[in-house]
Amino acid sequence: MPKPVLLFGYGNLSRGDDALGPLLLEHVESHCSLDSIEILSDFQLQIEHALDLENRRLVLFVDASVAGTEAFDFTVLEPARDKSYTTHAMSPAAVLEVYQSIKKQMPPPCFLLSIKGDKFELGEGLSANAETNLAEACLFAERLLDNPDLDFWLKQARLHDSLLRADLNQSEAGVWKEAATS
Amino acid sequence: MYEHLETAENRDSLKRVVVDPVSRVEGHGKVTLLLDEDNKVQQARLHIVEFRGFERFIQGRPYWELPVLVQRLCGICPVSHHLAAAKAIDQLVGIDPAHLPVSADKLRRLLHFGQVMQSHALHFFHLSSPDLLFGFESDISKRSIVAVLGEYPDIGVQGVKLRKYGQEVIRMVSGKRVHGTGAIPGGMNKSLSKAERDYLLEDIDQMIDWAAGSVALIKKVHCSNLPYYDEFATIRSNYLGLTKADGALELYHGGIRAKNAHGETIMDHIDYCEYNNYIHEEVRSWTYMKFPYLLSLGQEQGWYRVGPLARVNNCDYIDTPLAEAARVEFKAHSNEAMVHSTLAFHWARLIEVLHCAESIKQLLNDPDIMGHNLVAQGEKRYEGVGVIEAPRGTLFHHYQVDENDIVTKANLIVSTTSNNMAMNESVRQVAAEYLSGRELTEPLLNNLEVAIRAYDPCLSCATHAVGKMPLQLELVDADGKLIDKLVKHSDGQIERENA
Repeated sequence: MPKPVLLFGYGNLSRGDDALGPLLLEHVESHCSLDSIEILSDFQLQIEHALDLENRRLVLFVDASVAGTEAFDFTVLEPARDKSYTTHAMSPAAVLEVYQSIKKQMPPPCFLLSIKGDKFELGEGLSANAETNLAEACLFAERLLDNPDLDFWLKQARLHDSLLRADLNQSEAGVWKEAATS
Repeated sequence: MYEHLETAENRDSLKRVVVDPVSRVEGHGKVTLLLDEDNKVQQARLHIVEFRGFERFIQGRPYWELPVLVQRLCGICPVSHHLAAAKAIDQLVGIDPAHLPVSADKLRRLLHFGQVMQSHALHFFHLSSPDLLFGFESDISKRSIVAVLGEYPDIGVQGVKLRKYGQEVIRMVSGKRVHGTGAIPGGMNKSLSKAERDYLLEDIDQMIDWAAGSVALIKKVHCSNLPYYDEFATIRSNYLGLTKADGALELYHGGIRAKNAHGETIMDHIDYCEYNNYIHEEVRSWTYMKFPYLLSLGQEQGWYRVGPLARVNNCDYIDTPLAEAARVEFKAHSNEAMVHSTLAFHWARLIEVLHCAESIKQLLNDPDIMGHNLVAQGEKRYEGVGVIEAPRGTLFHHYQVDENDIVTKANLIVSTTSNNMAMNESVRQVAAEYLSGRELTEPLLNNLEVAIRAYDPCLSCATHAVGKMPLQLELVDADGKLIDKLVKHSDGQIERENA
């Protein structure tokens, strides 16, 4: 049986701030108890990662992002299909959609912690801004993982993304809660 | 051909339409169309803002770091870069391919079959949502595909599991799911244990069945509307790739073969270490990507296609029975010596999935993969070339090192670069055939994406980008004024922003 919480960080250590996701995982490995947490890392998301969501209670994707103005953002994910012309890019929402498509059921509750980055050149190290953002995101991730509870994570998501997620309806939350406790 | 559409004569008086997927980093593609007053396409170009810094990334590093380092060049094909680098580095340690230990050679082949299989399986999965692969401008093509797909209700699941199986092959051979270190200078790091071998054997027959089913599916899809699939974005090109000495399909190691559009041999059994004598790269001012061409034919006529379509076209046969039968059917469906349909890339790709699955089974039943003679040693050299057939086509790694084992020069030709001219040609064909004189709509511009997607270009090498890739369409008049703008969001919603 897999561990109930999956922490999935993705990015490329050799592409500057794209390393933010894997670097947060390194922090968690050295600062958090991993009794109930499985850590997975890859360059980028792909369809077979949907299989890694099976039998989880909570899933946290960690990624670098150029969007937003804050050091990091924390949002609830919903299944959504990518309509890209390339197989070289896949969003976490699309991984959830793959799960829903092949399993014929809702994925477990999934969240995205996106850390703001600036520079993504091949061979570059982490930028100064990204280092600061990573430190803040690490503290936040520690809080989440110390409280692996759907309600707590939903509350945090609302706080961090209040405009976008303020209208999260209760029935949707109820489906997730049911999935999380089943 | 449509070379006349690469550069218009009266560019300043033309309206500009930009198809620009917005990604957060380098690695996005952009199609630029210049239209005249009658909305006729006067210029069409595909810009791929990509492939900067590969050589700089490698130079200055000790050569023994490269098999691990180059995996970071591409998140989809890390094993292909790993093996191409390893083949080049074999030469740096004085080991030619013929002197690689038998077990090491077979383990590398097993690793590579797993890599090609998992990469191609992504397309099998995408067949379950055919608009991703083929797009739908006409209801007729949509109806025919949906009808075919109705016979294959589980293809989505099969695609995911085929890909997962390929990843498991990689994990077993290299020891890790990602960032493994299977190949080392002169050989392999580990062999397969009996338990690992047996684990992979458990599911291989199922994988072969699903792969065979995928070929049957794509054949039905393709033949459901032959005029569309055989003509859409189709160009007549040269083809290049590796083959075995007897002309069989080869993915790991062989000589370079090139054929022209009529199926006539341009060159054959060329030692890839001499690639510089046969292939040159042209630089054009409007794009970062180079344009490789066959020296013997020159810049205008010497461009070529690589990848599944080139390989299946070029080879004389495939040495696994089910894939060979599929190849014969594939070739027979065309009335020409070579299959030129750009959408036939998808069909050829799935024939290769079947070949990979059959080959994996053969290798798993070969005791050499559990052998312990894994590394050969030789005299140091200062130059090495490694070439491999990556999922998207021929991949070249060329290194020079100094007396301190530091890489002083590196040259990489990745398959998307080799297909650069061909993708531009397909874009021009689509632009000329489908867009000229018509009002711009999202379905029309979607045809451009369908043409590009057939090549499955490597656009975001190892940066996963934002994933959503919305599409922006801008219409700008001759004075540079934005007169119309369409935004296609990742959920398919279209938003028009009138200037």
